[in-house]
Amino acid sequence: MRGIPAINLQFLTGDGLRYGIGPAIQGTLILIGLTSAIGIPIGIMTGVYLAEYGTNKYASWIRSINDILTGFPSIIVGITAYSLIVVGLTGTFSPIAGAVALAFIMIPIIARTTEESLKLVPNSVREASMALGIHRWRTIISVILPSAKSGLITGTILAVARIAGETAPIMLTILGNTYFFQGLGKAMDALPLRIFASSRSHLQVEQTQAWGAALVLILIVLALNIGVRLASRGRYKR
Amino acid sequence: MDNIKMQSVNLNAWFGTKQALKDINISIKTNAVTAIIGPSGCGKSTFIRTLNRMHELAPTAKMSGQILLDDQNIYDSTVDPVMLRRRVGMVFQKPNPFPTMSIYDNVAAGLKLTGVRKDKNLDEVVKRSLQQATLWDEVKDDLKKPGTSISGGQQQRLCIARAIALEPEVILMDEPTSALDPIASAKIEQLVVELKKNYTVAIVTHNMQQASRVSDYTAFMYLGSLIEFGATKDIFESPKNQLTERYITGEFG
Repeated sequence: MRGIPAINLQFLTGDGLRYGIGPAIQGTLILIGLTSAIGIPIGIMTGVYLAEYGTNKYASWIRSINDILTGFPSIIVGITAYSLIVVGLTGTFSPIAGAVALAFIMIPIIARTTEESLKLVPNSVREASMALGIHRWRTIISVILPSAKSGLITGTILAVARIAGETAPIMLTILGNTYFFQGLGKAMDALPLRIFASSRSHLQVEQTQAWGAALVLILIVLALNIGVRLASRGRYKR
Repeated sequence: MDNIKMQSVNLNAWFGTKQALKDINISIKTNAVTAIIGPSGCGKSTFIRTLNRMHELAPTAKMSGQILLDDQNIYDSTVDPVMLRRRVGMVFQKPNPFPTMSIYDNVAAGLKLTGVRKDKNLDEVVKRSLQQATLWDEVKDDLKKPGTSISGGQQQRLCIARAIALEPEVILMDEPTSALDPIASAKIEQLVVELKKNYTVAIVTHNMQQASRVSDYTAFMYLGSLIEFGATKDIFESPKNQLTERYITGEFG
C-alpha cells in the first residue's frame, strides 16, 4: 500500500536517472519470457516422461534429482550459474545466464506438477486412444495433455510466479543496473534487484521507489495469473 | 472353415507369475457375435484384450501361443500393434469418451489422430458412424457439445461409433453394458445384433441372458480355462459340461 503513491507514468517508464523502474519492469518481463522459453518445454517434457514412461530406473533417478532441485537453495543455483556461465562460459553478466539459473528453479516445479496432473488422467482415456490404433506419442499430445490442461497451466503459473520474484540467482547472473535492455550479452535490471537495491538506500525517494517496485511486481504476477486463466478457459472444462 | 475371422491357438497369458489364461482355443466367426461368459476373474477380459494386443500394455503381462487374424499371427514381429488395433476395434466396460472433445471430435478422433482420413469426408463418416451406432437422431443437433455431456448409455454408443468410424473388421466389447441401466443395455444389445451384419463381434459379458440374446456362439470360461465352446443354442439348451450347466443355471458364479 505504501507503494501506491510512488506509481505514476514516469515511475513506470522512466529509467534510473529519473528514479523510474522502467528498466526493471522490462528486465523482469524479458527474464520471464526467456526462462519460460527454456523451462516450460523442458519441464513439461520431463513431466510427460515421468508420468507416461516413468517405470524404469532412469525415471526414478530423474524423479529424485527433480525432487532435490525443487527444494534447492536458490542462492546455490545462482552461484552455480555464475561460476559456470558468467565466469566460465560467457565472461559477462547476461539475461541468458539469469534465465538459465531461473530455469533450474522453474523446471522441477513444472515437471512435478505435469507428472501429477497426467497421473490424474484416467487410464481408461489412454486405453480408449490406444485401442483406436492411435500412436502413443499422438495419444499423449492430442488426448492426454489436453485432458490435463488445467493442471499444466496451474503448474506453469506457479513456476512463473516463483521465478518472477527470485532475487538471489539473478543477482549473481544479470547483476542489475539502471538502464533499459542493452542486449542479451549485457547486464540487465529486474524488479527484485531494484527492490533490493533501493530498499537499502537512505534516500527517501529510493525507498519509495522500492515500495512502488514491489507493488508492480505483485501486480505483474497477479496479471499473469488472471491472463493465463482467462486465455485457457477451455470449452470443455470439467 | 473359411468363415473364421480370428482364432486363438494354445493361448496362455500371465500377469507376473499368475497365469490368467490356460491353453485357450477359440475361433471367432465372420459376421457373427461370439460371447465369452464366465464368473469374475475367469480370464474373459484378459482373453479379449489379447485379441487386439491391449493385454501387453499392462506392465507385467506376458503371453504365449498364437492369435490368428485372417490366418496371420498378430503376434508376429512384423505386425505393428498400432496398425492391428485399427483393424480390431474395442469398446470398454465403462464408457470412456475423450473428456476434452466434442461428440463430433470423439467420433472423428480415430481418423484424425491416426492420419488415415485421406480422401474421406469426415462429416460423412461421423454421420454414418453415429447412425450405425443408433445415436445420430439423439445427438445430431448437439455435435459440438462435450462427449461427456450425454448420458452413460449414449456415451457407450458414442464409444461404439468412435470404434466404427475406423471401419475395423472386428469389434471387441468388454462388458459394454455392465455400467448401464437395463434400458440403455437393451439398446446396446440391439445394436450388437445390428453390428454383426457389417462386422465381426466378440463380446465379453457376465450376464448370461445377454449372451443368449445377442450371440451366435458362446465360450464359457472358468479359472483361466475354456470349459465349453459352441453354438449359443447348444451351450444354453444342452451344455455338455457339468460345470457349464451349473453356471448357466445360476448355481454358482
